[in-house]
Amino acid sequence: MVDFRMPSLGADMEAGTLVEWHIKTGDIVKRGDIVAVVETQKGAIEIETFQAGQVEQILVDLHSKVPVGTPLARIRAEGEAPATPPPVAPPVPPPIAGAPPITMPTAPPFPVAPLTAMPARPRISPAARRLAEARGIDLRALAGSGPGGAIVYADVARAVVKAPAGAPPPERKRAPALDLDAMRVAIAAAMARAKREIPHYYLSHQIDVTACEHWLAEKNARLPPDNRLLIGALTVKATALAACRFPAFNGFYRGDKFEPSKAVHIGVAIAIRGGGLAAPALHDTNQLSLDDLMGRMRDLVARTRAGRIRSSELADATLTVSSLGDRGVEALYGIIYPPQVAIVGFGKVVTRAWVIDGAIGPRSIVTITLSADHRVSDGHAGALFLAEIGKLLEEPDKL
Amino acid sequence: MTDAEIGKILQEELNNIAPEVDISTIDSKANLREAMDIDSMDFLNFVTAIHHRLRIQIPELDYPKLITLDGATCYLASALAKQKV
Repeated sequence: MVDFRMPSLGADMEAGTLVEWHIKTGDIVKRGDIVAVVETQKGAIEIETFQAGQVEQILVDLHSKVPVGTPLARIRAEGEAPATPPPVAPPVPPPIAGAPPITMPTAPPFPVAPLTAMPARPRISPAARRLAEARGIDLRALAGSGPGGAIVYADVARAVVKAPAGAPPPERKRAPALDLDAMRVAIAAAMARAKREIPHYYLSHQIDVTACEHWLAEKNARLPPDNRLLIGALTVKATALAACRFPAFNGFYRGDKFEPSKAVHIGVAIAIRGGGLAAPALHDTNQLSLDDLMGRMRDLVARTRAGRIRSSELADATLTVSSLGDRGVEALYGIIYPPQVAIVGFGKVVTRAWVIDGAIGPRSIVTITLSADHRVSDGHAGALFLAEIGKLLEEPDKL
Repeated sequence: MTDAEIGKILQEELNNIAPEVDISTIDSKANLREAMDIDSMDFLNFVTAIHHRLRIQIPELDYPKLITLDGATCYLASALAKQKV
């Protein structure tokens, strides 16, 4: 039996509010399934389970705020025997002849889901609330099909289909999913800790990405917009491959020592409209083909901006990449996201007069930077790491 | 499809990306990326949405023609007209 606990989604998190259950007692779950949604300073986070098995018991009611580490549900691993029913009986006295046999109430083989008291007000999942706000659906008119009669996304989605077409959505000033003030507090805590604890050093390097641009133009010309690549997919992949060769930049600094990570999960810094930032992980970035990586990045950006990040994406990043895109400036020097030990920055692509084989010509140039933790690595290794990223980007077809 | 109808579709798709922007206040000749703070991923999503909604091909080389509201309306009107022929 394994307890599924309220995860820590960042060094600054002390408690989380359980706002959606995606499982009920008796459900079979696989590793990686999204089982619950927890509201934190970083928005609504989808929580995955690492334990496969059958849900034995739900321990925490919706809308409860509980400290990190609190058991939320009990999951029985495959092959494990069901929980022993609570000891039933004081020893039964031997039946007296003629007396009717005494029957003891037996505990059901699986505990029944705790009954939730009828809430005075309908419980509404954040996703449902967002959809209702976006489409002008009156939540009071809906019946909930979720646990305890909660109104979930599917209920609102059904109402949207039924709603008369052309009902104008109400005025919206901002995607309602994200609490940007809370996000700012989380950014402040993480960045202040980074500047307090991590002795950063900084390097910068200019690289020629003309080959990448030509390769992308040729590839994208044959593709519908759904499958087109952005240069960001190439820079993230090149960074992931370079990190495999330079493990001192990939991992965590915890308990006064560096723990290199075998897996490379690049955290992709994503700007949120209205002023916010998150850097969720693209799992096993080094092993993804460019097409897969681009698809995952699009999905990750969309979900992050809608306030739907998964727990593993928040906690797992081993190295962060921050790109200014094509409307920023030439260079950015990032602050390391603890407990990571490095962040790689990509400035915007600019056209510069460049010398190639003794002749001057226009080339597309990007300034890449490295901020790294001096407790773990030195400038020499950092320079080689940064140069490796540049070399990998000279041959985009090999990424 | 009239220019007004195309304009309405553009407005809806841009609002999917930037819900807080009132498109009617955007200068129809302004660079949308600057005026609406749209990044390359947003722009790709915008092109993808238009491609599916109007069933027209939008090669990457034509992206610059979509960068203002006037330009995009004109480009899409002409692409739709060609498609009919």
